[in-house]
Amino acid sequence: MLTTFLRTVALGVRSLLLHKLRSFLTMLGILFGVASVVAMLAIGEGASEEAQAKFLELGSTNVIARSRKPSADSDSSAGMAARNARGVIYGLTFKDLDVIRGTISGVERVVGVRSVLKPTAHGSRNVEARLSGTTEDFLDVARVEIDRGRFLTTSDNLRRANVTVIGEEVRRQLFPFEDPIAKHIAIGGESFEVVGTMRSRGGASEKNFEGSDEDKVCFIPLATMETRFGFIDMQRSAGSRSTEQVELHEVRVRALSLDAVPDVAQAVRDVLKRLHEKDDVEVIVPLELLRTVEEQKRIWKAVLAAIAGISLLVGGIGVMNVMLATVTERTREIGVRRALGAKKRHVISQFLVETLVLSTAGGAIGVFLGIAIPFVVEHYADMKTVVRWDAVGLAFGISALVGVVFGLYPAMRAASMDPVEALRHE
Amino acid sequence: MTVSELGDRTDNAASAGGGAPRGEERPVILEARDIRRSYRMGGNVVHALDGVSFKVRQGDYWAIMGQSGSGKSTLLNLLGCLDRPTEGAYLLGGDDVAQLDDDDLAEIRGQRLGFIFQSFNLILQLTVLENIEVPLFYQGIPAREARERAQRYAELVGLGGRTHHRPLELSGGQQQRVAIARALVNEPLVILADEATGNLDSATGREILGLLDQLHVQGRTIIMVTHDPSIANRAEWVLRLKDGKIDRIEPGGKHPEGVRVPESH
Repeated sequence: MLTTFLRTVALGVRSLLLHKLRSFLTMLGILFGVASVVAMLAIGEGASEEAQAKFLELGSTNVIARSRKPSADSDSSAGMAARNARGVIYGLTFKDLDVIRGTISGVERVVGVRSVLKPTAHGSRNVEARLSGTTEDFLDVARVEIDRGRFLTTSDNLRRANVTVIGEEVRRQLFPFEDPIAKHIAIGGESFEVVGTMRSRGGASEKNFEGSDEDKVCFIPLATMETRFGFIDMQRSAGSRSTEQVELHEVRVRALSLDAVPDVAQAVRDVLKRLHEKDDVEVIVPLELLRTVEEQKRIWKAVLAAIAGISLLVGGIGVMNVMLATVTERTREIGVRRALGAKKRHVISQFLVETLVLSTAGGAIGVFLGIAIPFVVEHYADMKTVVRWDAVGLAFGISALVGVVFGLYPAMRAASMDPVEALRHE
Repeated sequence: MTVSELGDRTDNAASAGGGAPRGEERPVILEARDIRRSYRMGGNVVHALDGVSFKVRQGDYWAIMGQSGSGKSTLLNLLGCLDRPTEGAYLLGGDDVAQLDDDDLAEIRGQRLGFIFQSFNLILQLTVLENIEVPLFYQGIPAREARERAQRYAELVGLGGRTHHRPLELSGGQQQRVAIARALVNEPLVILADEATGNLDSATGREILGLLDQLHVQGRTIIMVTHDPSIANRAEWVLRLKDGKIDRIEPGGKHPEGVRVPESH
């Protein structure tokens, strides 16, 4: 039984090799169909994994409100009113923080963050780092880890202590050869004691969601920041000076559970909408973004399935067309085989196997190509790709199915020929 | 192995050593009983064969002759189990095969018949040896045995040295020898030859006819369709068809002495 099948396969291969170019061209349809499906799935999977990783970084139970400088258009009346002698005033306030903390249920933590760029120095070494004022809870709402020493504490904030926890990049630049713990560094002209260092968050997430370097940061108590630096940030650009006043750049709200996230997100949006007439606050919900990515992935997959279906259909039609021509061309051979004792099923299996060999060979080369393409894309286009083996198996399986479906009709046609007529065929 | 070594296929032939006592005691292996074949062409019914009866005994050498349209091809198709008679019985090896279904007919063809065609009809993508193996493949003979048998018959027809050539690398005469080996490899009851020398030059044709003569001497049963009287003259019996009926059956050039002409219907 098996040897009969193998001999039929061998026969099919030889018949196909008789017309190498034709067989190759016929295979191309299936080949490109399978290759494009495998490659596109790998690229799509990689892109969505990358996006998911980014959003997970923000914390899936978090709701993040960020200050946003109002655009010039919406700056008309409300914007002008907010402009005083000191410059533009916008963004989140401590009042927002208190209202969110006091009125929204289902919340585990509410943490405010104020971030500005400050020159940071130790001895002769210096670096322009992001200075983030926050509270001890920040550790719970962000994916940060302490490497050595400790993070900020409640008492640091109460005492308005001049202590700082520095990121890996700051440590590397200011303390390349020594232990930074208990050393003092100058931040914006003030002296701070280093009490801890952060573990690097490098790798793929080196540039975070906002595109800033997550490792080039110094954390200090929020209260200390308020006392030492105030809320006014001066910016110099193109010779002119502008100042802006922002109390908090970010408020991170952590919901008690994933289920509570949508309600918390809605409540935060409602509160901020009430408190901010200007469009100077945006709310980011990583979970919603994740859902969006998942939705996009589903759509992407549906589109792919459609493309795959169409290309394999086209490939299959090509195969059927060639097989029908082959059957006609080999009418005499069919007649001879029938005369020599071949039953209908022998003829069916001969041509079906031939189609199968054609389509699965195309499928196999297509799979190979479909794995190679993402590899090249990853190497040259710096995109993450993920080849999923179930997708590979599916694509190859479909190519075999195409062989059966589109090979059956030509094979039946070959088998149903009258042996007498077939032998007479020129 | 040569032709003469392979000779002992039937008891009759063996005991005779060439000049076989081809008496009527030899068993009938093929019998047509009033077979008819009609076709519907448009509104008309055409009777291609209109009541044909004859018996072929083991070891016989028959030639079927007739003008085109006389029913020669139709008769050959029926004898070859490629077609079924509209009426009548066709006994091949004792079984009435006239009403068998398609699969059973295929099996009968594979086991009891050997075909030699005018245009050789070899399968071009297969080698000589593989062409000879084709009937065995469909009978499910194991590959190794099939290979050995094919090799033996390739040698028998004088192509032992060319078993791995493709048909198109051979001359016409060699191709027909391959076809003959293929017709013999399943050890059929009857060999059916359809204008076996029609596509060959006369010298090569004579070689092929000589080969068939040898096979006959060895006791094989041959039925040959031809329009060439000199070829027909090599047979023991000549069946002349006319308008779908047997015109007459007459002794051929090899007709053994003292055996009367079988009854014609």
